[in-house]
Amino acid sequence: MNDEYVLSQKFKIKGGDFSNAGRTSTSIKEILKEIGIDPSIVIRASIAVYEAEMNVVMYANKGMVTLNITPVKLHLKLEDEGQGIADIDQAMKEGFSTATHEMREMGFGAGMGLPNIKKNADRFKIASRLGEGTTLDIIFCLNKTGNK
Amino acid sequence: MTLKEIKEILRADVITGEDKLDIEITFAGGSDLMSDVLAFGKPGILLLTGLSNSQSVRTANIIDAKAIVYVRGKRPDDEGVKLAKEHGIPLLSTKFMMYATCGLLFSQGLPGVSDLS
Ligand SMILES: Nc1ncnc2c1ncn2[C@@H]1O[C@H](COP(=O)(O)OP(=O)(O)O)[C@@H](O)[C@H]1O
Ligand SMILES: [Mg+2]
Repeated sequence: MNDEYVLSQKFKIKGGDFSNAGRTSTSIKEILKEIGIDPSIVIRASIAVYEAEMNVVMYANKGMVTLNITPVKLHLKLEDEGQGIADIDQAMKEGFSTATHEMREMGFGAGMGLPNIKKNADRFKIASRLGEGTTLDIIFCLNKTGNK
Repeated sequence: MTLKEIKEILRADVITGEDKLDIEITFAGGSDLMSDVLAFGKPGILLLTGLSNSQSVRTANIIDAKAIVYVRGKRPDDEGVKLAKEHGIPLLSTKFMMYATCGLLFSQGLPGVSDLS
């Protein structure tokens, strides 16, 4: 199964490391541009992974992004170890946020991240265990038919 | 209008990107909230913001913004300037506050991101 991947790469994210927050997303964007992914998908994927990366930095202890690209799909998987989310429906609501003042000063923490990730993705899954961590699957179709 | 015209209208300082002042700017959007910028921003936008940490530059890069104007005399931190140089994003700083900055550019004919069809 693995040999159908065009590209598969992992990136670590450190929780609480505000000064490097966004670095991984910037690298992922560069990779997507370089391998010639459609520019509109590059932007949507970069926005989604940036908001997701910020959430790991803000709310988790550590996390990992796995970037998998096949000829038909771009899959960003974010897995973190941390506090997890008690009520996913509530977390998905626009405006719901538990961000601190420090996070708001970074320009984040308005409760728009998860809804915007979902809006940009062709497919989006979120799962979480309280006290353990959160997993996001953010998927983009690379063949025209499944596109947004 | 060009970035050079914008610099003159706003009596702005150029922090980096002096060599890119001839780029054409066709629309702008302003917010201090990066989540907002990520939600409403469109490629090619001129980003007006009062958020001076490096997340402003990272956000601009993610959405393919053409340049950033910092309002109310804000200036980005060293990390922000370094990133902007790496990604080739010009940074300007104006003394005007957000409201006046937007008003000045709008009255000179620069539309907002929400005016694009
Ligand atoms: N990876 C995560 N781990 C724990 N909690 C999270 C995570 N991502 C999001 N949350 C929770 O969901 C809320 C909403 O997230 P989001 O929509 O990104 O908005 P914001 O980050 O601006 O608060 C957060 O305030 C936080 O309580
Ligand atoms: Mg968030």
